[in-house]
Parts: sequence; structure tokens; C-alpha cells
Amino acid sequence: MNKIKTIDALRALRTNIIRNKHFEEGTEPVIIKIALATCSNASGARDTYNYLVSELEKRNIETAIIKTGCMGYCYAEPTIEVRLPGHEPVVFGYVDQQKADDIIRKYIIEGELVEGIIPVNYRTIES
Amino acid sequence: MLEKKVQILVCSGNRCNSGLLIENLKHAVKDQGLDDYIKVIRTGCFGLCSSGPVVKTMPDNIIYTGVNPEDARVIVEEHFVKGKPVEKLFYTDPVTGQKISDEKRLNKNKKQIRIALRNCGVIDPEDIDDYIAHNGYEALAKALTEMTPEQVIDVVKKSGLRGRGGAGFLTGLKWELTRVSQSETKYVVCNADEGDPGAFMDRSVLEGDPHSIIEAMAINGYCTGASEGLVYIRAEYPLAIERLKTAIEQARNYGLLGRNIFGSGFDFDISLRFGAGAFVCGEETALIHSMEGGRGEPTLKPPFPSQKGYLGKPTNVNNVETFANIPVILYKGADWFASIGTEKSKGTKVFALAGKVNNVGLIEVPMGITLREVIFDIGGGIKNGKKFKAVQIGGPSGGCLTEKHLDTPIDYDSLVAAGAMMGSGGMIIMDESDCMVDVAKYFLDFTVDESCGKCVPCRIGNKRMLELLENITKGHGNKPDIERLRNLGNVIQDTSLCMLGQSAPNPVISVLKNFPDEFEAHVSHKKCPSGVCKSLMVYEIITENCIGCTACARACPVSAISGERKEPHKIDPILCIKCGACMERCKFNAVIVK
Repeated sequence: MNKIKTIDALRALRTNIIRNKHFEEGTEPVIIKIALATCSNASGARDTYNYLVSELEKRNIETAIIKTGCMGYCYAEPTIEVRLPGHEPVVFGYVDQQKADDIIRKYIIEGELVEGIIPVNYRTIES
Repeated sequence: MLEKKVQILVCSGNRCNSGLLIENLKHAVKDQGLDDYIKVIRTGCFGLCSSGPVVKTMPDNIIYTGVNPEDARVIVEEHFVKGKPVEKLFYTDPVTGQKISDEKRLNKNKKQIRIALRNCGVIDPEDIDDYIAHNGYEALAKALTEMTPEQVIDVVKKSGLRGRGGAGFLTGLKWELTRVSQSETKYVVCNADEGDPGAFMDRSVLEGDPHSIIEAMAINGYCTGASEGLVYIRAEYPLAIERLKTAIEQARNYGLLGRNIFGSGFDFDISLRFGAGAFVCGEETALIHSMEGGRGEPTLKPPFPSQKGYLGKPTNVNNVETFANIPVILYKGADWFASIGTEKSKGTKVFALAGKVNNVGLIEVPMGITLREVIFDIGGGIKNGKKFKAVQIGGPSGGCLTEKHLDTPIDYDSLVAAGAMMGSGGMIIMDESDCMVDVAKYFLDFTVDESCGKCVPCRIGNKRMLELLENITKGHGNKPDIERLRNLGNVIQDTSLCMLGQSAPNPVISVLKNFPDEFEAHVSHKKCPSGVCKSLMVYEIITENCIGCTACARACPVSAISGERKEPHKIDPILCIKCGACMERCKFNAVIVK
């Protein structure tokens, strides 16, 4: 790994990382973020993660699954965020295997939302 | 793959109370014959509680606020049938009078702001590139290459950031005190010894965004003149430790830790120290002794760690959440940070909202928000429709506040004035079924267990207080006990060596002050109004209601119930263990508890 020696090198790397993460229109995958912190794991998020990985592969759906930390919705763990190409991300709570299956069949494949949505209820440092 | 599907999302949060609205929307959709095309979906809270009920249409992303059940038909007919958004239901900006329907622009009205938690649940904590993509290490680069240590400290001072571990000491001032201490070697310590019952803010930050702590510690090292950082973390946080180790390794590989960082000549590296889970080690002097391999016992201050800390060298100790704020303050500016919060408490505070609320979770709110907003808007109100009774804030060192304190703004000084304290961020909500004497006993029991035993007031005084409380909950209390508790509490607060002892009586004193009637009922009438203290309960069978079915006698695990078949039964109060099995089993409401 190359060492970052200047502020410009850091910024160049940042631009590069962001560019590599950007997909041409039409080639974007479905991006799923799953909260995998201690509390999520205790609520079964690992099982949900494994299920999502194997099920999406089985169905041949182009997906990028990103493991993240706590999203803050302890009451609704396990929680996942799904971003369909060209859409705003949507957070779903209470995602056990049954719900994960629902989300894949209805939302990811058909584009139809299912119950369990947790709207963004906070400001970010950008807004 | 994707077809155009239309959905109406309706907030079903506590405040919005949208049951009838959802019904009406469904009817209106059906009446138009659109039920195959439009789905009505309940969602969680949008965080716009003061403008509820909130409705969002998808996929066109239009937000309607203040929607009454009568508006359902208008929305369906105008928005969906005619394709014309219903302007009168748009949000009206109170200042400009402008109509807003775009969710992104409405975001600034939301109650929570994520600063310390900005990356939690957003980035992959095991991927440094993801952190860098989210402006990671920009603050460190800027500090090292464009600013002097004094300038950085100045920014932190101007931001008004105060320690998030609980006491609220000014962070910038602490940094400066360590900077001016003369020594070749200095240390930076991150206090990740999170010990309040029910609190998990620091764990979540470390698990979700470990790089922000590494970056902030390096910035602190640059400011104070330290080249070694230590994270004191509980061994019972294995996932946090694993992610922190991964993050440190990645930072080293990029040269963001190590020698000559950003070519500035500044060297800095971080290692971990594991705690065995003693609560007192959250106190900075005890923490330092534990890191040195000694007993986790506090020592008198001064000397402060900034003068004489780890291995006798000047040491800057900050809490995880304090550090998590630093990178943002540097790249967004002190003025931006200081614009959030109140006059004396700037920025936000992360709370682990727990107990009897609907939406338990990790929340981050601007200082100055009221307890009511946190509990009823963000927390979604009390579980199972019960009545709010108290909020315990500040953990074992804090206090219990009541209904009359609900409009207290959450900031360091207002909470102290109300008889609690900010603490590290534990917030436990209690409902009408909780006994406050029992709650006070629980917290005191915790501190008695966790007292290191070094000073007499804490070791012996708290134990005596606990015994008095135990007696009271067993029905052996008498009137003078209440005064004894108060006196002992005051003496312990005044004479203990460290904050653990000084604050240990707080939960008891605040309950004595805020719930005097409950103490009175336990002491004078030997009754527990909430039915929690078992020793004060008596189970009895009402002769008139009992038909002698023997169900209770068969359910009793200790054979305390006797009686002939088809004759009224009796409970032997001496044998009874008050488990309530008989009451649960009785179909004739013949078992009562007094």
C-alpha cells in the first residue's frame, strides 16, 4: 500500500475512491448496507447477512453488500438500507429471513415497497 | 427490472396517530379503483413530529405534512387521479412562508443531528477507503500541514466542545493544559471504558467509525506534543476491539499513523489497553493506574492527568464521543459547531435511549432539546400505552427526573440544576409500573459493587445506605430512615475521594426529592404502590369469589394454598413466595394482591 505523504495525495486518493465507486448509468448494482454491530448481531443480523448474500447470488442479482456499524434503530434490528439504481436509499427494520425474502422479491425485483420502512429522521452534517 | 409502482407512505409514529388516516387513504384508493396500483404503507417516524401526520408519496418523493384523516380523499383524487400535488398540504416554512415538499429541504426541521454518529451505519468500518471517501483524515491533514498546534486548540476552544464523558470540562482548555505542561514525553488517552448500565454510545462509535477516533487522537497528539496514543477499552467489547485493531493497522499502512505523518515531521502511533470492566476505571486517574498495571483506584486531583498522568507524564484523557466530534469541528469550522446547541453547551449529545419507550435506540440530539421531545417524539412515547413516570439520566451518578421536569432542556447546567447530570449518555425511561425506591436501590447496589474501596465514605457509607434501602423495601423501614439516608448521602457526596463516590448517592437523593410519597408509602404504610417490592405484597383469596376449583393450589410452587374442593381456599402468608402464579391461574378474580 502506498503511503499518503501530502494533503494533495490524500485528496487525490479520495477522488479516486469516489470515482471507482461511481457506476455508469445502467450498470449500477443494488447497494445494500447492513448494520453489523454487537447489538445487531445479537438480534440476528449475521443470519440476515448470510441469507441476503446467498439468496441474491442464487437469484443472480447484481448487488454490493456493505457491512456497516449501528444505524441507531435498536428497536427494529436487524436493519438494512437498500439503494436501487437511480433511487433514494430506503431503510428497512425488523429484517429477519422472512422480511429479507420479502424485500428481495417485492422491492429489489419488483420495485414495490414493503412494510417496515424507517424514514430518515435526522439531519446530517451536510444538511 | 423495475416497474413504476406507486406508494403512499404514512408515518405511524406515536405523535402522528395516523390509524384513521391510513384507513381513509385505503378506502379512497379503493373507491377510485386504484387498489391494484397504489399501496398504502405504514412507516416509522419521519422525525417531523411537530408537523405530523406526515405522508410521503413514492416514487415522486413528495412530502405532505399536517395531514388530517379528512385529507385522504383530496390526496388520492388530486395527487394520483389528476396528477396535481396538493399544495395546501405542503410544509410551510415558518420564517419565509415558503411551501416546501422536498424531503431533503425539510431535513433541517428534523430533531436529530448526527455529528458524532455521522459515519455510523453509513460507512464500512473495516475499510479505510470508505472513511477517506467521507472526508476522513482531511482534518488531520489540514491540522498538520496548514495549522499550528495553537491554532488547532483555538478552533476546539472556540467550538465550545465540552467533555462528553459526563463532567463537561471544556475540551480545548484540557488540550491547552496538557500542551503547556513541560515534558519530553506526553500521552493521549482515549477513555473507552463505558460502564453505565444501559449505555452503549462509545461502543457504537468504535464499532461503526473507528477511524474518526484514530484521526482525532492523532490531532490531539499534534496539539499536546504527544507521540503515543492509548485506547483504554473494555475487554468485553470484542467487536469494537477487533475493528479498532483493523483500523489502526490500515492507518499505519497508509502512513497516517507512524513516523513523519503528512511529511510534517510529526510522529504518532496508537496501541490498545484492555480493562477488565471495573466501573471506577472510567474515572481518569483510576484508568491511568489500571493502564500502568496497578489497581484501578483513583487518586486525588490535583495533580491532574494533564500535569502528571500515565507513567507520571502529562496525559490528555478524552472520552470516545468527545474525540468523535473533533474531525468535524476542524473541517466544518468552530462557528458551525457552536451554532448548534445552547449558549453554554454546544453541539450534540448521543444518548442510548432505553427502558419503557417504543423506539429504544441510539440517538443524537442537539443540546437544548427537551426531555419531552426526546421521550415522546424521538422515543415514540411509553410502551403499551402506559403512563410516563420518570427518566433516569446520567447513569449511577445521575438522577431520576419526573413529569414536571419534562420540559427541561438537555444541557450540562440545566440537568444539574434539575438534580440529575448529563453523564455519558445513558437515558432510561420508567413507566407507572416501576417502583422508584427499587430503582434507587438498583443503582446504589451497582455503585456499592463497583466501589474500589479506597475511601471510607464510598466503601462504608454507600453500603449503609443500601442496607437502609433494603430494609425499606422489605417493610422494616421507619421514619428516621429517610432522614438518615439524606444525611448519609450528603456526607458521602462531600467527602468521597472521586466522582464515583461523590455521585453515588445521587439516584437516591433525587428519588427522595422527586418521589417523597413513594418513600412515605414504603416506610409508613409498608406498601409498594407499584407492586414491585415483593416483601410488601400480600396475596389473598376473596372467599366470595372462590369456587374451590383448586387451580391456584395446583399452580402454587410452594404448596402455600390449602382448601377442600368446592370450598374457598386460603393462602398461607408465611409460606407464600409472592410469585403470582395463583393470580395468573384464577379465572374468577378471586386472588388479589394488597
